[in-house]
Amino acid sequence: MTGPDPAELPSDAGGSAARSAEMFQGVGRRGRHRRRGGEPTVVPEAEFRSYYGRPVLKAPVWEWKIAAYLFCGGLAAGSSVVAAGADLTGRPALRRSSRLGALGALLASMYFLVSDLGRPARFHHMLRVLKPTSPMSVGTWILSAFGAGAGAAAVEEMVPRRWRRTWPARLLRRLARPLGISAAATAPGVASYTAVLLSHTAVPGWNQVRDELPFVFVGSAAASGGGFGMLCAPVAEAGPARAFAAVGAAGELLASRVMEHRLGLVGEVYREGHVGRLRKASEALTAAGLAGTLLVAHRSRVGAAASGLALLAGSALQRFGVFEAGVASTKDPKYVVVPQRQRVDARNTAS
Amino acid sequence: MSRLYGPLDDVAGDAGHVEHPPRVGFFTDTSVCIGCKACEVACKEWNAVPSRNENDGAGLDLLGMSFDNTGMLGADSWRHVAFVEQPRRTGHQEPGFAGLPTGPSGIPETAGAVEPRLQEAPRGGSELGTNPLPTGAPEPQELRPTENLGMPGFSRPGDLTGAESRTDFRWLMASDVCKHCTHAGCLDVCPTGALFRTEFGTVVVQQDICNGCGYCVSGCPYGVIDRRQHDGRANKCTLCYDRLGDGLEPACAKACPTDSIQFGELDELRERADRRLAQLHDLGVSEARLYGRDPDDGVGGDGAFFLLLDEPEVYGLPPDPHVPTRDAPAMWKRAGQAAAAFLLAGLAAFVAGGRR
Repeated sequence: MTGPDPAELPSDAGGSAARSAEMFQGVGRRGRHRRRGGEPTVVPEAEFRSYYGRPVLKAPVWEWKIAAYLFCGGLAAGSSVVAAGADLTGRPALRRSSRLGALGALLASMYFLVSDLGRPARFHHMLRVLKPTSPMSVGTWILSAFGAGAGAAAVEEMVPRRWRRTWPARLLRRLARPLGISAAATAPGVASYTAVLLSHTAVPGWNQVRDELPFVFVGSAAASGGGFGMLCAPVAEAGPARAFAAVGAAGELLASRVMEHRLGLVGEVYREGHVGRLRKASEALTAAGLAGTLLVAHRSRVGAAASGLALLAGSALQRFGVFEAGVASTKDPKYVVVPQRQRVDARNTAS
Repeated sequence: MSRLYGPLDDVAGDAGHVEHPPRVGFFTDTSVCIGCKACEVACKEWNAVPSRNENDGAGLDLLGMSFDNTGMLGADSWRHVAFVEQPRRTGHQEPGFAGLPTGPSGIPETAGAVEPRLQEAPRGGSELGTNPLPTGAPEPQELRPTENLGMPGFSRPGDLTGAESRTDFRWLMASDVCKHCTHAGCLDVCPTGALFRTEFGTVVVQQDICNGCGYCVSGCPYGVIDRRQHDGRANKCTLCYDRLGDGLEPACAKACPTDSIQFGELDELRERADRRLAQLHDLGVSEARLYGRDPDDGVGGDGAFFLLLDEPEVYGLPPDPHVPTRDAPAMWKRAGQAAAAFLLAGLAAFVAGGRR
């Protein structure tokens, strides 16, 4: 931009025009009455101008399915790590349930991803290229590598008894462990790339949390993966799942708080309205799940299952909260215009 | 690997084209736009862009936004003319209302009525031509008083208020279009390769490849590209790629009767824009400024840039956009750290748990 600072514009339009220009500022917003706790309060709103209040950005075309995918992808990643660990440390029940859980979550992920496309029949066009600048392309390949291992390891668990002696079944049994480990090795990618997927957009609510979102998402993935193990495996075997879930839940709670704290204006969409309620519920469930994991899950099967469920629910709500926050941030031009205007003005004052 | 951010001299070459023609683009000089919308029509005609409501039966909406009944750029409108009425004059221009009482601008009223409804609308009104008034939905409407949307009326401005409310007056009209950025957010994030950089340095969607993932919609910092309803694929201005190939100028530039839309080689357009800006400043239009011309801006400069007479946001443009790819290395680094923490937590959980 090479234009002059608007403050320096000569007032060639005269005094009455200045008054009317003030009126024209009505296109932006000065303040709005809002009801909070029954008391009408004037919330001072950021001043800005816009084109009839129209959004500057397009709202994401993604539906709730993408939020559901974020949860299922995280669950698949977390479960596959638990499955590989259980396999290597001799915990068959935990291994079996986690492998099956990973496959189930993976299949759900695929369904959500493909059905959200505008042209689902063309889903395989994703496999035409590997494009480092596109997190979705990178994610497609990470998910493909992950899916092969996680899928094969889970299929091994499902081989019926009467086929166990056949040579393909025996081959699969031999390969299940290395394939399961390969899934666990790619799982961190699956758990974390989705944060880049969201942040690598112009959507203010996603782009501006780019430093913290990966930690929120891997924490959420670990909490859900561990929580799923606690839900499905006996208490005696589920020790590592509890530890994994606890570390994940604690990390998620911390990262989520830091994220919200660091946000400027766009933090509003994370705190207010529907999204605010989602996130509060997520935090409460995750915290309750964490407490249950630490206090009761090692001695009570019911307590372990309840804690696991709370962690799973908390993780799911976390994903929906972040997703919806981004969508909300595109609907009001304020979140685009105000920070950018501040940047421009700061640059103009500096030069 | 091509550059992710900053100025770039040879965009087509950077994308892998050898011996390519020079980069072309648009210079849209909004100071001479008369709001005729010939560009919108010519674009729709040439590119066979459907009317918004092709499948809903109706083609025209009245949006309550002055003469703008398109709303914004989208999958079904690749040019969009914005209309803003302001109570001030441009430079030393005579508003032409001497001796006549001209009332205050209706824009604040219009915006006040339109805005809250838009935010309630699906996708916050970023759907092309979103009608700010409830349509179809049965509301207890018979009880609601008629609302003044500030629509142009049949009485002369100020007839009802008198000369004392007279203000200065000008129209801002601007034909918006895809910016064909040097670093295009949509192109960077497209996972199928459907979006590509042409030999002319423009950005085009290949309709036979696009699978409608919708990533480009959120990747664009200008809110230009969108997915077409009932079709599922992403659509936006191609800068008339087919016409360029035949040595013709794009349909909108061809149709523009005032040369507000100028097509040409980008370097030449930039010089022309600089001259026009200097000329306007000499004429006292000090608020004139170029938007998207600077190769040092957040997207490396636009292939389609503008001369504006007010802040960009007044026209619905972002004041300081940047391509999200700018931060890609930093974002992947954070994701890598998080991934390592995730793996470490898993390892630690099982090492501490021991064998059974």
